[in-house]
Amino acid sequence: MNDLAAAFSQAASLLLGFDEDLMEIIGLSLRVSFMAVGLAVLLGLPLGAAVALYRFPGRTVLGALLNAFMGLPPVVVGLVVYLMLSRAGPLGVLGLLFTPAAMILAQCLLVLPIVAALSAQIVADLSEEYDEQLRSLAAGPGQRLVTLLWDGRFSLMTAVLAGFGRAIAEVGAVMIVGGNIAHSTRVMTTAIALETSKGNLALALGLGLVLIAIALGVNLAALALRDAARPRHG
Amino acid sequence: MVMRRSFLAGIILSAAIALPSSAAERDIVIASTTSTENSGLFGAILPIFEAASGIRVKVVAVGTGQAIKLARNGDADVLFVHHRTSEEKFVAEGFGVKRFGVMYNDFVLVGPKADPAGVRAMTDAPAALAKIAAAKAVFASRGDDSGTHKKERGLWRAAQVDAQAASGQWYRETGSGMGATLNTAAGLGAYALADRGTWIGFANKGDLEIMVEGDKRLFNPYGVILVNPAKHKHIKAADGQAFIDWLVSSAGQKAIADYKLGGLQLFFPNAKKAGS
Repeated sequence: MNDLAAAFSQAASLLLGFDEDLMEIIGLSLRVSFMAVGLAVLLGLPLGAAVALYRFPGRTVLGALLNAFMGLPPVVVGLVVYLMLSRAGPLGVLGLLFTPAAMILAQCLLVLPIVAALSAQIVADLSEEYDEQLRSLAAGPGQRLVTLLWDGRFSLMTAVLAGFGRAIAEVGAVMIVGGNIAHSTRVMTTAIALETSKGNLALALGLGLVLIAIALGVNLAALALRDAARPRHG
Repeated sequence: MVMRRSFLAGIILSAAIALPSSAAERDIVIASTTSTENSGLFGAILPIFEAASGIRVKVVAVGTGQAIKLARNGDADVLFVHHRTSEEKFVAEGFGVKRFGVMYNDFVLVGPKADPAGVRAMTDAPAALAKIAAAKAVFASRGDDSGTHKKERGLWRAAQVDAQAASGQWYRETGSGMGATLNTAAGLGAYALADRGTWIGFANKGDLEIMVEGDKRLFNPYGVILVNPAKHKHIKAADGQAFIDWLVSSAGQKAIADYKLGGLQLFFPNAKKAGS
C-alpha cells in the first residue's frame, strides 16, 4: 500500500521538521494526559488500596464496578462530562466546556477505574504476602495501606502506565468535551480523526506513528526511572 | 454531596489554572459544520478576521444537527450551518437572534467510475437517485442528521423512494461526517451526496467522480446566527455579532470568494448588502 509507505516518511518529516503546529498538539496531548493520570493516581491508588484492605458495606460492589468501568466507552464518558459541563448542565457556570480542563476531567474518569482496579489487585496480593509481618508490627489500617502502596510502587507503575496508555490513545471523550478546536483543544488523537475525515490518510497515519513513538518514549522513561530507583541486589 | 461537588470543582479549577490558558484574550466559540472546517475555509478566513478584530474564533466543527444542539444549550456564541429550515426554526424558537445569509455552494452526487446505475451527467438529482434505487446500487448516506443528510433525505422524498427501508442493504448509513462517509463510499464503490467544498478538498477520492451536479435543488446556502443572549447570559453577544458583521461585510465576503483550492473557488458569497 502506497499510503503505508507514505505514512512512515510523513511521520519522519513531521518529527524531524519540528513542525510548530505538531509540537503544540503533542504538548497539549501530553499535558492533558499527564494531568488526567496524575489526578487519577492521587484518587485511584488510595481507593484501590482501600477496596483491597478494608471491609466496608458495598465493598464487593465497588470492586466489581471498578473492574467493569475499566472498559468504559470513551464516547459515553465524553457525553456525560459534556452534559455536566454544558451551559445547560449542573456545572455549566464554571465555563469549562471546550477547554483542556474538561478534557482532563473526562480522561481522569476513564483512567481512574483502571488505576484503582489494578492497584486493588496488586495491594491485595501484597497484603496476603506480608500479612504476618504487618501483624507482628501491629500496623494500623492506615499504616498498612501506606506501607503496602509504597512497597508495591514498582508494580503499581504498570497500573499507572496502563492508565496513561488509555488516556493518550482515546479520542471519543476529548472530541466531545474538547471540540477539537485548532490551537486550543486539538490533541494528537483528534487531529488524526480530522485528517482521516479529510481523506489525508498518509498524514493521519503519520500522526498515529508519532503518537505511538511518544507513548513508547514515555514508557521507556518510566522503566528507566524504575530501574534507577530500584535497589540493586548483590 | 455539596462538599464533594465543590471538591471536584476545585480539582478541575486548579487543573485549569495549572494549564497556560488564553482566557485573557477575547475569544468566541462558533458551532459549525464539518464542511466549513474540512474544506479549509476557516483556516483561510479566520486569521484575517482575527487580525482585524483581535477576537479569536474557536471552531467546534460537527454535523449541523449537533451544532444546533450545542447552540441551543448555550455552548457556542455563534451558529454557522447549512440547513435553512432548521436555522429558521432555531431563530423562531428564540434560541437565535437573527439569521444572516453568508454564502453558498452546492451539493454534488458522486459515484464510482463504473457508474453501475448509469446516472452520469444527469441533471435531475431526484431522478438520478430513483435510478440508483432501481438498480439497487450501493449508496453511502451520512445518516447523522447533518445538513447534508437532511438535504439527502429531501431529495429521496422528491424521488419518491423510501431509501430508509433498504438500510443495511444497498442503502448504507455511515452515521459519521462527510469525510468519513466519502472514505466509506470510496471503499465500497458507492454513490454519495457531498458538499462541493469537502469534495474538492477531499484527498482520498479513489475512483469516485462527480456524477450529477448543477440541479438547482442541490443549492446549499449557509447561514450564520448569533445565539440569543436573552436565553444564555454568558453569550459573548458583542464579539459574536462583530464576527457576523465581518462575515457579511465586503471584507468578509471577499475573503470567502478568495479562498481557492486547486484553483477552484469553493464558496460563493451571497450576503445581502448592508442596509437591505
